[in-house]
Amino acid sequence: MRYGMAIDTRKCVGCADCVVACQTENNIPIGYTRDWIAELNEGTYPNLHLEIRSERCNHCENTPCVRTCPTGASHIILGGIVKVTHEECIGCGACIQSCPYDARYMHPDGYVDKCTFCDHRVANGQEPACVSVCPTHCMYFGDLDDPNSEVSKVVAANKIKTLAPEAGTKPQIFYLV
Amino acid sequence: MKTNRREFIKISSMGMGALALATTPVLGWVPGFLKDDYTNPDDSKAKRYANYCEVCFWNCAGWVYTDEKDKIWKIIGNEDDPHSNGRFCPRGTGGVGMYNDNDRLKTPLKRVTDESGKQTFVKISWEEAFDTIAEKMTEIKDNYGSESFALFKHGSSGKHFAQLLKAYGSKNIAAPAYAQCKGPREEAFKVTFGHPLHSPEPLDIRDTKCLVLIGSHLGENMHNGQVQEMSEAIGKGVNIITVDPRFSTVASKSKFWLPIKPATDLALLLAWIHVIINEEIYDQKYVEKYTFGLESLKKHVENYTPEWAAGITTLSAQDIRDTAKEMANASPAVIVHPGRHVTWYGDDTQRLRAVAILNALLGSWGRRGGFFMPEKAKLPKYPEPKAPKPKWSWRDISPGKYPLAGTGVTNLLIDASHPDYEGDHKIKAWFIAGTNLIASIPDIKRTLDALNNQEFVVVVDTMPAEITGYADIVLPECTYLERYDSPRLAQHREPNIALRVPAAEPRFDSKPGWWICKEIATRIGKGDFFDYKDFSEVIDWQLKQVGTSLEEMKKIGVKKLNRKYDDLYFLEDEEIEFHTNTGKIELYSTTMEANGFDPMPKYTAHQESSEGFYRLIYGRTPAHTFSRTTNNPNLTALKAENDLWVNPKVASEWGFKNGQKLWLQNHQGKVSEFPIKIRITERIRWDSVFTAHGFGRTDKRLTRGYGRGISDSEMVSDVKIDKETGSTGMRNNFVTFLTEKPNTAKKES
Ligand code: SF4
Ligand code: SF4
Ligand code: SF4
Repeated sequence: MRYGMAIDTRKCVGCADCVVACQTENNIPIGYTRDWIAELNEGTYPNLHLEIRSERCNHCENTPCVRTCPTGASHIILGGIVKVTHEECIGCGACIQSCPYDARYMHPDGYVDKCTFCDHRVANGQEPACVSVCPTHCMYFGDLDDPNSEVSKVVAANKIKTLAPEAGTKPQIFYLV
Repeated sequence: MKTNRREFIKISSMGMGALALATTPVLGWVPGFLKDDYTNPDDSKAKRYANYCEVCFWNCAGWVYTDEKDKIWKIIGNEDDPHSNGRFCPRGTGGVGMYNDNDRLKTPLKRVTDESGKQTFVKISWEEAFDTIAEKMTEIKDNYGSESFALFKHGSSGKHFAQLLKAYGSKNIAAPAYAQCKGPREEAFKVTFGHPLHSPEPLDIRDTKCLVLIGSHLGENMHNGQVQEMSEAIGKGVNIITVDPRFSTVASKSKFWLPIKPATDLALLLAWIHVIINEEIYDQKYVEKYTFGLESLKKHVENYTPEWAAGITTLSAQDIRDTAKEMANASPAVIVHPGRHVTWYGDDTQRLRAVAILNALLGSWGRRGGFFMPEKAKLPKYPEPKAPKPKWSWRDISPGKYPLAGTGVTNLLIDASHPDYEGDHKIKAWFIAGTNLIASIPDIKRTLDALNNQEFVVVVDTMPAEITGYADIVLPECTYLERYDSPRLAQHREPNIALRVPAAEPRFDSKPGWWICKEIATRIGKGDFFDYKDFSEVIDWQLKQVGTSLEEMKKIGVKKLNRKYDDLYFLEDEEIEFHTNTGKIELYSTTMEANGFDPMPKYTAHQESSEGFYRLIYGRTPAHTFSRTTNNPNLTALKAENDLWVNPKVASEWGFKNGQKLWLQNHQGKVSEFPIKIRITERIRWDSVFTAHGFGRTDKRLTRGYGRGISDSEMVSDVKIDKETGSTGMRNNFVTFLTEKPNTAKKES
């Protein structure tokens, strides 16, 4: 079992509904966020290219954040989901420094927080909040180890990329380009 | 490369540092959450209430969830709703922010003037507010007739206020959604096909093979169902043609992006018509069977060649030909998108006529992948007495003006309210329900002059907006999450009904619109027009007439009904009588001709920018609707202020740096109240600048919206009126940059 996501940049319009839905679902205080939109624009008028995508923790297979955590608060659970136990986190911020994706933030209550892949929903058989609300249906979530899951099929059938592969973290979020 | 989250923050969020400074963490649920240990509210313990979203006209139906403490937690789409398919847009998801916003209007307010002449608002009771309003309404009626009381409205609660005015005896009702938005489109389609488009537009985007966007930035305007269907169509390989001087989000997803010179769209449309007729690539069978006036049209567009249009639009003749062929290849599964906010240059009905004609030639009206035939659920009217018949209405204000206007024209009401009005139908008092006229109607000065000429002004809203500052009485309405309203019946592929029930008690001393109107009506002796204790009785009665009930609807939220009338698309060779004079789709419009307008659209050149000035183009950003969202805590966290898109060539000529703050001055000398940050980007033409609508709030009670960016409406002082519908063309304003705010204080004193 290895949970992952595929996100279709050809469909994403960057509306940030995923951001708001994550905030309301997970009661993230206003001004903080576990997911965000990146826009990359290239070229000169009128020969332009734009890529828009929704980003969050990549739930990497190789996790610098977990390795650098001095207390073991950062850990990996079943299905490869990278989590932080808030009670064990001392707020040192080592993991924030080590993440090549800037995916973690310091919660105002003094611990580090990040995307959980909405494991509380996944446990109930629901999709993560961000995936379930996207009006463009550009996100797919599921078990990458199961070749018949929708996410595996989408990854297999399309041209894909991961973010910052050179960092060697082996992200589990794949972007369709 | 390290993906830099801060870069996103620049584009789509305020970032944590900035937010920590800017937000007041006083939202109901935040302190509670900060105290508690981290636990996710649990869907299984939550309660949910049916509602439909009021953050934009799309009115998506969904569920409002409350947590164990009965606090509103989240809003999720209703999967049975054909308008949302269970998925909201960010504004709808962020609708919780409207409820949580502590800047909301909290109590009724009354304007008082002290001995020194200083005016302030004082808190009053609902009783006092109602008594004052009833007294004034009676006075206005006795002195001038009830017709002299006008209503400006927007959204669901506007219906209750329209009922109040009807009972009182006035039909002077208008919404900016017509003359400041889709008016010309509705009339252009009506004279062509015999039918306006209504809302949401019946576009069969999911099955289209070619989508032409000319004046639509779908994906930045989050017209939910259309965005969803466009995404589905992208998955199926649709070819998109986007015409926009700006490299919009959807331009980046298009096969063809035509970076047109702004204000020349009609030249392109006419050239497309020329190519499609001359190369005989129109839907010949359809055109022959259903349309009127092909020969006249052919002659009319003879000289509108791609080469001619190329010189005007700065596009290449080849691109114009290629895109015309692309459409014809997809015909009839092609949509030349009619747009929505179409009030641009003052010849908008004619431009939209060209759009309608093009769709007719391509045979897309009534065809799969084109325009489907929508159907709407009907609920019988709750019993009420016969309404008094007003002696005059907005149509009599300037007889003969704007003959095609199909519904109330806001600016006509403003004309009749203005000191310069010399006619017999003066307006003396305003009700303003749910619309911030300062941001929604251009030429703010004229609106204010008219407003100041009124004997009495009442504003009803959930939030303090610029307009509330001008009221004599301000009434705090509760949000859509805290009230009943009439069920949503909007058209779709299948008729459907969506329910709205309150999910929480109104915060502060705010009240539902229906209650406000009922109380006022009772005091002016018209209580029998609101013959119920609670509006839920009306809803239940209506629902029971069509075989459901409030109880059932509370469980399902949305009910789909079967189509009663025609099919979704025309049948093969079906005989169809269109609701036009000729019974055909009118390429040549007999209605336009009879009213003294060009029966077929002619190109007229519009004003161009002069040296150092740039055409101001405004539009949407996905997180905001208009000024109603720019103080919402959730949505301002995504985007707190607008920025001004400036081409790098322009920026380097002026020596500007990215993010620099500038004031704008328009070609009539109007200077922006606040500065705006510039975003230097290749995505905008050198002759134009772009910004998002709804920002630059001037009401200090808006702690998140005040002074954030600029209001594009403020820069629109030069208004070109559409002769057919009276709609206000707003894209004829040109701005230049000021690095310092000129000292206007001196001039004013
Ligand atoms: S994205 Fe960052 S926080 Fe998430 S697993 Fe990878 S290194 Fe850790
Ligand atoms: S998976 Fe859940 S926690 Fe992660 S970004 Fe999406 S909504 Fe937020
Ligand atoms: S499109 Fe968005 S804002 Fe409009 S009604 Fe739907 S969810 Fe609400």
